[in-house]
Amino acid sequence: MQRTYEVMFIVRPDMPEEEVEKLVSTLESNVTSAGGTVKSVERMGKRRLAYVVRKFHEGLYVLLTIEGTGQAIHELERRMRVTEPVIKFLTVRVDEEQKRLAKVKKIRDSKVRRKPESAAAAAGSEPAAVSV
Amino acid sequence: MADESNPTPPTTEAPAAPAERPAASERPRGERPGPGARGPRPGGPRGDRKFFRRKKVCKFCVEKIDAINYKDVRLLQQFVAERGKIIPRRLTGVCTPHQRRLTAAIKQARNIALLPFAAR
Repeated sequence: MQRTYEVMFIVRPDMPEEEVEKLVSTLESNVTSAGGTVKSVERMGKRRLAYVVRKFHEGLYVLLTIEGTGQAIHELERRMRVTEPVIKFLTVRVDEEQKRLAKVKKIRDSKVRRKPESAAAAAGSEPAAVSV
Repeated sequence: MADESNPTPPTTEAPAAPAERPAASERPRGERPGPGARGPRPGGPRGDRKFFRRKKVCKFCVEKIDAINYKDVRLLQQFVAERGKIIPRRLTGVCTPHQRRLTAAIKQARNIALLPFAAR
């Protein structure tokens, strides 16, 4: 049962670029070896933290969208807890939310489609009659 | 109710669907700072004649925003006070389900250091 998660973590800001890349790819391979897939990686860059975390005022934010089992996420979180450069992480489960949004969108689309249909039909027939 | 020209009785306004409220607002809908009940005080709190004086609508219902993400800090900051506290919905006019989602998003953002727990 594949669930979709969003994992956001903060890397300490005084890490060189290639180290960050290495770290991210390590975590990615960890996920794939546990049977999950990494849907996207987004580097949100250096940001000022709202409060001091482990004596840092800034951090590099990375967002991973992962599709996997709970076990894979558990393993990933365990890894992140022990890796020293990761100073904070947050995992959010998003598949339920996406399902709800898709449902709402579908309802809204089916409602909207009725109005433009009738409007288009009326508008289509009107100018045709006028021009001819 | 000499000062009331509102056709709809107040009790029907209580449930959600604030966007469908008739636009008969007798008071200018400006941003009112400071706390305080929105009800009138005709010479002392004489019971609750009208609850929803100012027809403040839920911003999310009007703009049809469904997903409140913890990542968009700018949106969340509108509902957070200066000291970092979450503003109650009677001041912002947000409807209950959206306020709950907003609160969850703010708490998530606080956990990932996008918003402070307590500022200043």
